[in-house]
Amino acid sequence: MRKPDSTPMLETIDVARHFDVSRPLVQRLLAREGRRVLRAVDGISFAIEKGTTLSLVGESGCGKSTVARLVVGLYGPTHGSVVFDGQDLAQARANSEQRRRMQMIFQDPYASLNPRWRVRDIVAEPIRAFGLTQSAAEIDARVGELLTQVGLSPLDGQKFPHEFSGGQRQRISIARALSSNPEFLVCDEPTSALDVSVQAQILNLMKDLQARLGLTYLFISHNLAVVRQVSDRVGVMYLGRLVELAPAETLFNTPRHPYTRALMEAIPDLEMTGRQRIPVGGEVPSPIDPPSGCPFHPRCPLANDRCIAERPEMITARGTAETLVACHAVEEGRDRVGEPLIAA
Amino acid sequence: MAQANVIRRALDSDLWYSFTRSPITVASAIVALICVGGAVLAPWIAPHNPFDLASLQLMDAFKPPAWDADGDPNYVLGTDDQGRDMLSAIMYGARVSLLVGFFAVLLSVSIGITAGLAAGYLGGTVDAVLMRIADIKLTFPTILIALLIDGVVRAALPRETHDQIALYVVIFAIGISNWPSFARTVRGSTLVERNKEYVQAARIIGVSRARIMVSHVLPNVLGPVLVIATLNLGFAVLAEATLSFLGVGVPPTQPSLGTLIRIGNDFLFSGEWWITIFPGIALILLVLSVNLLGDWLRDALNPKLR
Amino acid sequence: MTVPLLEVRNLRVEFPTRRGTLVALDDVSFSIAPGEVLGVVGESGAGKSMTGAAIIGLLEPPGRIAGGQILLNGRRIDNLPYSELRKLRGREIGAIFQDPLTTLNPLYTVGAQLIETMVTHLPLNPAQARAKAIEWLELVGIPAASQRIDSYPHEFSGGMRQRVVIALALCAEPKLIVADEPTTALDVSIQAQVISLLKSLARDKGTSMMLVTHDMGVIAETADRVAVMYAGRIVEIGAVRNVVQQASHPYSAGLMGSIPPVGRRLERLQQIDGSMPRLSSIPPGCAYNPRCPKVFDRCRVDRPELMPAKDGNLAACWLYAEQGVPRHA
Repeated sequence: MRKPDSTPMLETIDVARHFDVSRPLVQRLLAREGRRVLRAVDGISFAIEKGTTLSLVGESGCGKSTVARLVVGLYGPTHGSVVFDGQDLAQARANSEQRRRMQMIFQDPYASLNPRWRVRDIVAEPIRAFGLTQSAAEIDARVGELLTQVGLSPLDGQKFPHEFSGGQRQRISIARALSSNPEFLVCDEPTSALDVSVQAQILNLMKDLQARLGLTYLFISHNLAVVRQVSDRVGVMYLGRLVELAPAETLFNTPRHPYTRALMEAIPDLEMTGRQRIPVGGEVPSPIDPPSGCPFHPRCPLANDRCIAERPEMITARGTAETLVACHAVEEGRDRVGEPLIAA
Repeated sequence: MAQANVIRRALDSDLWYSFTRSPITVASAIVALICVGGAVLAPWIAPHNPFDLASLQLMDAFKPPAWDADGDPNYVLGTDDQGRDMLSAIMYGARVSLLVGFFAVLLSVSIGITAGLAAGYLGGTVDAVLMRIADIKLTFPTILIALLIDGVVRAALPRETHDQIALYVVIFAIGISNWPSFARTVRGSTLVERNKEYVQAARIIGVSRARIMVSHVLPNVLGPVLVIATLNLGFAVLAEATLSFLGVGVPPTQPSLGTLIRIGNDFLFSGEWWITIFPGIALILLVLSVNLLGDWLRDALNPKLR
Repeated sequence: MTVPLLEVRNLRVEFPTRRGTLVALDDVSFSIAPGEVLGVVGESGAGKSMTGAAIIGLLEPPGRIAGGQILLNGRRIDNLPYSELRKLRGREIGAIFQDPLTTLNPLYTVGAQLIETMVTHLPLNPAQARAKAIEWLELVGIPAASQRIDSYPHEFSGGMRQRVVIALALCAEPKLIVADEPTTALDVSIQAQVISLLKSLARDKGTSMMLVTHDMGVIAETADRVAVMYAGRIVEIGAVRNVVQQASHPYSAGLMGSIPPVGRRLERLQQIDGSMPRLSSIPPGCAYNPRCPKVFDRCRVDRPELMPAKDGNLAACWLYAEQGVPRHA
């Protein structure tokens, strides 16, 4: 029996989102091709406990941003379900009190703020939309407070977005997200468009806010180093599927899936330990026509016939009990833990 | 204080800067200002009232321009067959032309923006239907549609009623035929804006589609609309002149520049050239200056060309 | 001391605007020895890409070189006429940009572009050039090169395209490669492939390289020396290990410190408060002084030149003033 407060903030159950990317009917008939379906997200399950951060990492096209949009309801799932605090997402989003509890921060600080709106109106939009405060004076006070909270000045509310740098705009974005007093924030690559010194500012700010306001984050990123700094749990995605899901420290100390291991090995070595970087060969295949069986098998040094034929399910990895991994090699114990995956 | 600030900001803006750097644009602005000013202020500044029958002297008919040996300094640009002062007639005529042009463009813009926003933002069937209608619309020449509408109204209504509403018929006929170019532009910009993250942010908090279209998307697609509207104003004035020249435009009791040109055309070969040439020049100056302003606006608002 | 292959002396690039002239690069001096890889890092807008563009003569108008000299093998190239400069690009300087599609012509096959470059710059006939082009494609790791040579750029994936661009930049065997964010548009796993390829090719052919990137990891692995830029100036230059591990200039130190480590979790990342000033409002004295934790009076008044600092690095910082007289390049 679960106690009420242990209900996950968010849970996805075998959720998938497919996009029809077929050409128009006439062209399709002329070229004699069928419908083409892009399986952006192809059946993934995870849960985020309240007050924690789950990160999804992966390369471009792995479907991580689609997951972000699925969990805030910008896309509906093709199958499977998203559960927000024990309630089906579609139901929850029909209720403005539930909708108020979730917000999103976007990647591009130049596209995420309406260039024709003043900052105070941008930040106040959720306050007005949810009718949290009625009087203009109270809204002004609240906007000033929010701007201060993210490290800007209340006077900045008078300005337009183009008067700010990328990092400052991302702060405005965060202030807008916080203005409805949300509990759950989806952060889609919030720092990947920023310079590294500004990235540190934003990551620190997000950590402070989480500690102060008890926020729950779904954090989407392609940058493993950033993910390590912010996450409690980490999911690694490849071609629309989760291949590994584990507590952050476990994942970074003992990565199990060959793809996770390859990603770690591909990171440049800034500490100059003299480690030779071993690039993983090949490229990410097209999600329109993914490989059979395990999607990673064409690039995997451990692949065998079973990997080509049979899609691996998420199972608990031997030896690392909290790690879920979708890999036949790990299941069969032929994954050479502790050795380099590829001979240099 | 606040006003002074606004003025200083305007004078400091990039738009003003690019304006002052282009002599042709400044010249067209001056010409356009004279044309529009003369038209709007005609009742107060025109030397004569060409519609005041009491003041009309048939004796003064067919006076050549003032600089001609037979000219009368009272009538700078001469008079027409009924002794009306050409300068005043042109000022009043431009007033009618601009009125028709302005409201026709306003109509096109309103329909075009509504259709473009709906097609671009809602997509799917709405988009397909609206854009097919626009495509069909584009296959008919403006003049043909205007003639058709005018013909239908003429047939349906008695003559007096028709004269009373003739102005509105022309505005409607011209306005209705130009909306697809606005709709297409707005639809294109809307498709771009719709996928921007600020729109997604509004969707996540549950802002309604109508509200997103009006308060988020609309302000960001107006730039190109302004440019096309300016270029279309010249086009609408020309269309009105064409219709009036063909005799299906505004009634002769309210002559526009087109009407004046048509009337003058009858006398062109009997030597009274000024009756048609001066309204013609006025029309050319008005349309050319407005179009040049539109061209400049298009370039100035296009960041790629800056 | 060896003669530098490339020498940049007191380079100044200006952008005339109606609100006055913006100085985008100011007093930038550095050199690259034969076979050396110089990394250039800094935040966006610091002027690192513009330095590369000035060297290959591709400054975007109205930007112009307003002072200083650029010498390749002792010969001035900053004032060459356009036709000479064109010959120089490709033959002596190869360029690699962030977006491979800006370098590749979509209307020609990759083979045609490689062959044209080689025939123009090397004493080869088209048949020889074709054989050589296939060799190059194999060298940069394009599978089935002899068939792929007749493919168009859009038929390659992003990573493969960047490999083609590398082949194109190297095929005329230039002495210097200017690579501007060559891996930024690529995924992590592809980045590693491209960087190791660039590195090994440059080493094998003895090519010098100016590697412009904001990714310190790439610099740490690839460069011999590194220059750190801030607000249009070089604030520190030195051997890569010294700059990365014990930077002299407070800005370089802050920059290195703010990079999240993948090897461990920090409770708080080191951050630099504020942001880089716009070119129109660079403060007097040291441009970094409003953000600098070690600022003192002199920093707000005098602008520091590069001077000897820790471990043989040069840093533009008054902290090192007592260690020697300011070095004028």
